[in-house]
Amino acid sequence: MSKFSDLTRLPDARGHFGPYGGRFVSETLSFALDDLEKTYMSLRDDPDFQAEFDYDLAHYVGRPSPLYHAERWSRKLGGARVWLKREDLNHTGAHKVNNTIGQALLAKKSGKPRVIAETGAGQHGVATATVAARLGLECEVYMGAEDVERQKLNVYRMRLLGANVIPVESGTRTLKDAMNEALRDWVTNVDNTFYIIGTVAGPHPYPMLVRDFNAVVGREARRQSFEEFGKLPDALIACVGGGSNAMGLFYPFVEDDEVVMYGVEAGGDGIETGRHAAPLSSNAPRGVLHGNRTYLMSDEGGQVSHTHSISAGLDYPGVGPEHALWKDVGRVNYVAANDDAVLEAFRELTHIEGIMPALESAHALAYAKVLAPTLGPDRNIVVNLSGRGDKDILTVAKLDGINI
Amino acid sequence: MNRIDQRFAALKADGRRALIPFITAGDPAPDYTVGFMHAMVEAGADILELGVPFSDPMADGPVIQKACERALKHDVRLIHLFEMVREFRERDQDTPVVLMGYLNPVERIGLDAFADQAAAAGVDGVLTVDMPPEEADEFGPILKARGLASIFLVAPTTSHERAATICAHGEGYLYYVALKGVTGAATLNAEEVASHLAPLRELTELPLCVGFGIRDGASAAKVGEVADGVIVGSALVSRIAANAEQPERIAGELKVVLSEMREALDALGGH
Repeated sequence: MSKFSDLTRLPDARGHFGPYGGRFVSETLSFALDDLEKTYMSLRDDPDFQAEFDYDLAHYVGRPSPLYHAERWSRKLGGARVWLKREDLNHTGAHKVNNTIGQALLAKKSGKPRVIAETGAGQHGVATATVAARLGLECEVYMGAEDVERQKLNVYRMRLLGANVIPVESGTRTLKDAMNEALRDWVTNVDNTFYIIGTVAGPHPYPMLVRDFNAVVGREARRQSFEEFGKLPDALIACVGGGSNAMGLFYPFVEDDEVVMYGVEAGGDGIETGRHAAPLSSNAPRGVLHGNRTYLMSDEGGQVSHTHSISAGLDYPGVGPEHALWKDVGRVNYVAANDDAVLEAFRELTHIEGIMPALESAHALAYAKVLAPTLGPDRNIVVNLSGRGDKDILTVAKLDGINI
Repeated sequence: MNRIDQRFAALKADGRRALIPFITAGDPAPDYTVGFMHAMVEAGADILELGVPFSDPMADGPVIQKACERALKHDVRLIHLFEMVREFRERDQDTPVVLMGYLNPVERIGLDAFADQAAAAGVDGVLTVDMPPEEADEFGPILKARGLASIFLVAPTTSHERAATICAHGEGYLYYVALKGVTGAATLNAEEVASHLAPLRELTELPLCVGFGIRDGASAAKVGEVADGVIVGSALVSRIAANAEQPERIAGELKVVLSEMREALDALGGH
């Protein structure tokens, strides 16, 4: 019997995870969220819907993704065996597509001809543009103007896929502002538009359904652990911005009390500098943004803070509400990795394993470098390699002083 | 009796509609706000809505987003809004003041502390854009205990069943959002508004006030034919924006916009 069984029964009927979550939106959106919740609740246990989802994951995304033993890197770290859950091998190159496949099926059922999305690194935008192309839906992606600049490759990918990418100039010109603008679009075009949110945040039911669609990652990893090394892993590590890849990996292990979990936030220049994007590990105050209550970086006047991270995908002042609760009840340890440690992990995995990770995923790898040497060689760590790093080549080249 | 209820009782007795202007506090700079409040009352405003600046105003269009940015350059916080209302009350004890904004600044200082300070400053009502009644279990009673009205939104997309819940929670007046969209988006359709207000009348005795898309005397009058009050925000805030470099001109500009609306509403006669 797990001491964490109660966590599997959340959210409650109003979308709350303990004191977090909920549905903090302006009234115009309430009916759309009610509708979405009804549609999803009627389908989540429907075998036909699940079969359609599973079919797409197998034949379009290419699941299951492998659990790869990074043997050479493990040896270098000197300690536990490190296994990589290869979400980077999915179609479109990240875990994000698991969720967009699921939400696209919901959009199809809803009959709405237009989808919108917010994106930070562009991975969710690409995944949304991809499913929109496949289903023949009109697609608009909101992206902070700063992110449009630092993720040019993904911007062009989205345009090739037929999506309209709209740079957002307001506020801090990053992910949170993209989400503001997507919500403004949705409130205006709610009759014909389905909003595909990319992370386990936003108003209920989004945190729940994004979690459910991504949980395939953890279900596979759990099964593959028994296949590959005959037991549960000792530790799981995943990066946390909004927290969808971590949620996907962790959720199916929640009741496995002996599995220790680490969520790695963006430490930026260091928590002590204030230039970071780590609301959980910096113990930010509770707050309300984008439809849910959570840990939220804000100043004494309640204005949302500017954040900093080398990775656009983690550059967000809040975090999914279920992670907030998991921090409070001690189910997951939330830590931070600074930009320089992240870059080092990025280079190391590329050189030693021939796998170029996304800068987001490199946060998880940076913590694996800390944890692995503290554990014996009979121990197993599963790291979610949530995305591939091709999109980050320009960022890294720039840091190397090279103009491509 | 709360000032808002008193004001609507008086308006009803006279057969007049409420004119409710909205400006963002601290826009273009904190020193001007109290002067603007008095000017708007002189031009015929019945109730004042004072916007609380927020870094992420998700329900607002560009006009009010920029107003928030101008105010936040001066780091305008709730504590400053309370000072503004206190100063306003030195000369005006009758005109109701409603604070309108988002939940995060309120939660940051704490619901109890917010309600205590708001009531002490002379605030009469609170409209939290991103807090529907389902999420108001805690905040609603805290406001009520201080005599502060919880004002809620009803939208064109609100079902009749939901509207009944909102009406049961609402106090002061009901804010009907005339458009799907953000503030300042377009011009409203008066016939459509009328068709939505009729069923609401069956649900509540609360005064029905309409906002979003009211720009001038003509659109105010159209809405005034079916509503108990009209709320005007972006049309005023855009005058502030246009004169942000010559702020001494703003009070006069606000008066021009509001006087035209006041005249148009008073020409309507009784319901």
